Amino acid sequence: MHLAAILHTLFALVFAPFLLSMINRTKAIVAGRTGQPLLQPYSDLWKLLQKGAVYSRTTTWVFRAGPVVGLAAVLTALLVMPFGGARAPVAFSGDLLFFAYVLGLLRVMTVFAALDTGSSFEGMGASREVTFSALAEPALLLGLAVLARQTDSLSLSTMFAGITSDLWRGSGPALALISLAFFIVFLTENARMPIDDPTTHLELTMIHEVMILDHGGPDLAYILYGNALKLWILGSLLVGIIMPVRSGHVWLDNSVACVAIVGVAILTGLIESAMARLRLLHVPQLLVGAGVLSALALVLVLR
Amino acid sequence: MSTWIDLVLILLVLSDFALLGSSRLGACIRFVAVQGVLLGALTLAAHEETTSLRPVILAVLSVGLKGAAFPWLLLRALREANIRREIEPFVGYTLSLLIGAVALGSSLWLSSRLPLPTPPVSSLLVPVAFFTSIVGLFLIISRKKALTQVLGYLVLENGIYAFGVGTVQQTPMLVELGVLLDVFVAVFVMGITVFHINRQFDHIDTDRMAVLKD
Repeated sequence: MHLAAILHTLFALVFAPFLLSMINRTKAIVAGRTGQPLLQPYSDLWKLLQKGAVYSRTTTWVFRAGPVVGLAAVLTALLVMPFGGARAPVAFSGDLLFFAYVLGLLRVMTVFAALDTGSSFEGMGASREVTFSALAEPALLLGLAVLARQTDSLSLSTMFAGITSDLWRGSGPALALISLAFFIVFLTENARMPIDDPTTHLELTMIHEVMILDHGGPDLAYILYGNALKLWILGSLLVGIIMPVRSGHVWLDNSVACVAIVGVAILTGLIESAMARLRLLHVPQLLVGAGVLSALALVLVLR
Repeated sequence: MSTWIDLVLILLVLSDFALLGSSRLGACIRFVAVQGVLLGALTLAAHEETTSLRPVILAVLSVGLKGAAFPWLLLRALREANIRREIEPFVGYTLSLLIGAVALGSSLWLSSRLPLPTPPVSSLLVPVAFFTSIVGLFLIISRKKALTQVLGYLVLENGIYAFGVGTVQQTPMLVELGVLLDVFVAVFVMGITVFHINRQFDHIDTDRMAVLKD
């Protein structure tokens, strides 16, 4: 195991909630507000961890397992995700599929826990979440297939080490197409605008928020922390493609990647300030469009 | 300069998908205008070795007609008809995008089966030209508004033009100009027709014309 890899993982564990505050701060500045303090997500997590959990009598062990398994899944995904040119702590051939479906496990456990409450609202949210992620999955997998083909590897670590500025010069259009598709997947998976509104608390329009309504205390803290880590993981997937800086110097590569991931967070904040949420009927259209972009990139590299 | 040609062709494919997935007629007209400008760029990029004035004139005419004159004409017809978007197409937008993906795959397969006497300027050219033509035909049969059908006709012509410009280097200029003139007249006439249909019937839904028969 590499020292740089472990360093990055610890760094992600500490700074992932900070991305959320960057998004919030961007939105506040655009709207002309002061905004919450930058450490607010940490205070929220601390507050929730101090509380006790309340469980409804209609729920079973599935409801209690949901947040724990979800957090474990997202931590596992973090272990295979390389960052800033360094190898990930765990790397094996085929770990890109492992990565995609560990995130799938997180989603399916959230959905099961939501269905376990027996609430009709949560069922509605679960149905939407599953529909949208089923449409976002082809975009992610086809995009990963493009990267695997271009770098001749089936492991995320060697794949991202292979994305260099030379590759951008050779097949720039394909990489640009999948970056765009991955950005749409990033927004969808993290329940961001224009797919889902993270600040809404109106049951009819919520997607992700509605599924975690019945969780409280430490369970909610696990879910929120897991979401922050997921934002970090998918953000570093995006940054690994659009910022092909591979100087070989650990600190330089890492700081460039950190600046880039904060840039992605600020871009997300800007999009959230500028766009309204899409109507539910139009979301599949956007996601199929992302899938088509990935498919076009695959066609370009297979030709 | 093959990368520039490829870039133009990829942008052409993206504008086709944008046309398939967009319901606002104004946006659709602008996408077709973008295609006109892209075709002008393609003409220049494909004839880079020759130093004659011919491709320059052709590119300028193509951009002027397809990128400026047609959009102006069609936007005017749109304003007169007072409609904003296609309400109920025969084929929905998500399904249109999926059909577009299938069409892209089949045009790639088709072009790989097609031996050409002279190699085209880029291996991507023939599939993209086929794909653009198929999208044009699909727009004509799947949309209801007369204006979208005019756009479909233009996209179809764009596909054929791209094919001609990329494969046959020595088309007589007279032929190219003749085709451009034909398209111009057709769009002119169709713009006027859309206006008259709208004034007569208060809508431009072509599927409701079937009830007109006496």
